[in-house]
Amino acid sequence: MIKKCLYVNRRAPYGTSYALEAIDVVLIGSAFDQDISLLFIDDGVFQLKSDQDTTGIEMKNFSSAYSAFEMYDVEKLYVSKEAMTARGLKKRDLVVDVEVLSDNAIKDLMDEHDVIFSF
Amino acid sequence: MSILHTVNKSPFEKNNLESCLRYVKSGSAVLLIEDGIYAALKNTCFEKEMATAMKEVNFYCLAPDMKARGFSESKIMDGIKMVDYAGFVDLTIEYDKVQAWL
Amino acid sequence: MKFIIQVNKGPYQHQTADSAYQFISAALAKGHEVLRVFFYHDGVNNGTRLTAPPQDDRNVVHRWSALAAEHDLDLVICVAAAQRRGILDEREMNRLDKDAHNLAPGFRISGLGQLIEGVVLSDRLVVFGD
Repeated sequence: MIKKCLYVNRRAPYGTSYALEAIDVVLIGSAFDQDISLLFIDDGVFQLKSDQDTTGIEMKNFSSAYSAFEMYDVEKLYVSKEAMTARGLKKRDLVVDVEVLSDNAIKDLMDEHDVIFSF
Repeated sequence: MSILHTVNKSPFEKNNLESCLRYVKSGSAVLLIEDGIYAALKNTCFEKEMATAMKEVNFYCLAPDMKARGFSESKIMDGIKMVDYAGFVDLTIEYDKVQAWL
Repeated sequence: MKFIIQVNKGPYQHQTADSAYQFISAALAKGHEVLRVFFYHDGVNNGTRLTAPPQDDRNVVHRWSALAAEHDLDLVICVAAAQRRGILDEREMNRLDKDAHNLAPGFRISGLGQLIEGVVLSDRLVVFGD
């Protein structure tokens, strides 16, 4: 049975482990042939910032994972336009190609999925 | 499909309620649990925002969490329904899916 | 109705484990099925049998073990999150060459696939965390 799964990312990377451990779930989820979409809202948009360099904090830089998702057939990445604007981010600041949606469109996106994972 | 949104943070500390209200759709529901129950109180700075949201969205508050924090039903905004854990379970079934604003 | 519950926080610091426990108890009392409880992130700390809370406090870990015994609940600790945080069963202890194991009765350690599979097989995912 294929379910439409939406992974909602609301937190910035490194300050907590949610972003890193969300990636693990997405990669495992892709192996189950589920219909996967990733949504980045609130501070979650910071996960996608390009040029992350973690050498100074000695933590694993996992930002390359987002561009590797395509190889796992995880191709639907959405970000909130309002969240980006509020944080001074532009699409060109992001490490991967995403679809920018308005918060109103995101309401519909949440609506049309069967299951919502929250991180 | 309708969504039951759960909010477990105090609106005075975190923006979870604010985010939830930004994405909640007419006909869906918000259940306030744990420290989220503080958003249900009368006479707070969130009362107006809550009242606006309540026109389109059903609001519920988990009674055991409210009582634990020293508030009785009389301190809760009109229109917010009280539920116990059994009621919480019923709500997750009544709505098609649950979105936790953690 | 079939539920899968995800628990993202450890005991005591957050209400997460208490809320999840109360919800699951209420669901079981109503005759629903709880297919699995999946402990992720710091939630894996619910599975250590070495906690020793004061006598007058609830024992979160014992409570999980008792609920699992009574209702044949499937309590699954995520292996990747558990290894990072030092939650081990005997098999993991031997495999990782550690000198102790601490998994509480009623829990088992397995992969994230158990979460995804549980979501596919359940009617509702309910997530508790912070």
